[in-house]
Amino acid sequence: MATPAAAIGFKSRLPKRPPQRVLPGFGLTLGYTMVYLSLLVLIPLSAVFIRSFEPGWSHFWEVVTAPRVVASLRLSFGASLIAALINVIFGLVVAWVLVRYSFPFKRLIDAMVDLPFALPTAVAGIALTALYAENGWLGMRLLPLGIKVAFTPLGIVVALTFIGLPFVVRTLQPVLEDLDREVEQAAATLGATAAQAFVRVVLPALWPALLTGFALAFARAVGEYGSVIFIAGNMPMKSEIAPLLIVTKLEQFDYAGATAIAVIMLVLSFALMFGINALQHWALSRHGGR
Amino acid sequence: MAAADARDSHRRPRWGRFILIGVALLFLGLFLLLPLLAVFAQALAKGVGAYVTAISDPIAWSAVKLTLLVAAVAVPFNLVFGVAAAWAIAKFEFRGKSALITLIDLPFAVSPVIAGLIFILLFGSHGWFGGYVRAHHIRVVFAVPGIVLATIFVTFPFIARELIPVMQAQGKDDEETALSLGATGWQTFWRVTLPNIRWGLMYGVLLCNARAMGEFGAVSVVSGHVRGLTNTMPLHVEILYNEYNYTAAFAVASLLALLALLTLAGKSFLEWRQPELRHAAAQARDRTRRGIK
Repeated sequence: MATPAAAIGFKSRLPKRPPQRVLPGFGLTLGYTMVYLSLLVLIPLSAVFIRSFEPGWSHFWEVVTAPRVVASLRLSFGASLIAALINVIFGLVVAWVLVRYSFPFKRLIDAMVDLPFALPTAVAGIALTALYAENGWLGMRLLPLGIKVAFTPLGIVVALTFIGLPFVVRTLQPVLEDLDREVEQAAATLGATAAQAFVRVVLPALWPALLTGFALAFARAVGEYGSVIFIAGNMPMKSEIAPLLIVTKLEQFDYAGATAIAVIMLVLSFALMFGINALQHWALSRHGGR
Repeated sequence: MAAADARDSHRRPRWGRFILIGVALLFLGLFLLLPLLAVFAQALAKGVGAYVTAISDPIAWSAVKLTLLVAAVAVPFNLVFGVAAAWAIAKFEFRGKSALITLIDLPFAVSPVIAGLIFILLFGSHGWFGGYVRAHHIRVVFAVPGIVLATIFVTFPFIARELIPVMQAQGKDDEETALSLGATGWQTFWRVTLPNIRWGLMYGVLLCNARAMGEFGAVSVVSGHVRGLTNTMPLHVEILYNEYNYTAAFAVASLLALLALLTLAGKSFLEWRQPELRHAAAQARDRTRRGIK
């Protein structure tokens, strides 16, 4: 870039302007970041994809279309979908209550929302199993109603709801805090009921955050292992999740089979995330952001 | 806030708010409070004596030690990476920045079981580097190095994603001033940047540590479950539980639950010191999705 002095033909006596980057360390930090990322994430992750095709396409296809594998994938994705939807509904209520209302112990309750992030999944798994087993605090009360949670697919949904709980609440909270209440009040002034104001004014502004929270809870639930295996019962075709099937194949030294299921899970998850991202772009362009 | 609440309460029926608060508390009580109480109730079900015996078991202690060791290696590795990545991303403009942020978040989208599988495919007996590892008599898979690698993988994004928004918010004026006053790059980093980001740094370390100590799926796949040798605390909980030794399983689990409660307390403290930490990561993710830098 020419300085004004150089432009009119004077030879500048000032030292040459340093390049745009004044701060040092760009090469070092970016280089380190790329090397570390490649060594620990990108190369190892690519190993799964490359290894899965080594035995050939037909073997890959044979593994992922086996009835037991299809059943486990359907269960993993289906239960995760239900759990993420439960979290969208109740997460919205929890976020709304925490942002809008004041009540005793609110700070403490707000902090507790992050418990599923902090509590090791194995601990969550055995605790939920103890609660919902036939002699557990909740299980023995549900049994007379004919509801069995532990060792059924319902138990899987319960565990996945637990581990996905913070995502929707935490993505909604900042959006709700930023939401201009005057718009709602204007709607009320114009004669809208509270419910109408919520559906017509508040909800459209929340869609992108709801989708993000849903996507995060869903993605976490699909891969979840620790909290599920204790409560699931792990019956093939019935209550066996896909990550458990990977572990089972590994224990039988069927590395090719385990790798094929891993790849199909990764591809399905990435495709879903991509779809949800596209949906979010559409929601944003339609409602023009917050 | 209070004035707005008062105004709202004139217009909206109060019962609506009570129902919503009731639903929220019921949901949280059922899904958060009860499981937490169940851990401690089960651990103490056979009395304090049985509890103390269970947690003073030498095998339980070797699990505690291994868990501390794994976290003590994995967290510093991701700390150095997190600081380097945040420095490059927050202080400079370059092409492909949002792609880089997405790649850093990638381990969050990978099942922990697959994270473990990856390292078996690399270092297992039929793995890419399996021959090399065997020739040099190094054990990676079914040994401590594999547990550490899997833990680093699953906790990879934690510190970076907390630090990036913190450093972005701080800009680079302070650093440029220090440099113009004659400080070297390292002096600027240690005396200006590090004090500025200390709360964000601790926040990331806290969350990373909680996950590193509690990781189950990834570690379970690579550990080989050798009692007293490659058993971390969460794996020890599983073994005890599968042996129907419920009191001991819940006793060890209660230590992990205490760690979780300490983590939440520390997190609340840091959010009180620096309120913007609370939603920093969520908002940064939101900005990346919207394509705003």
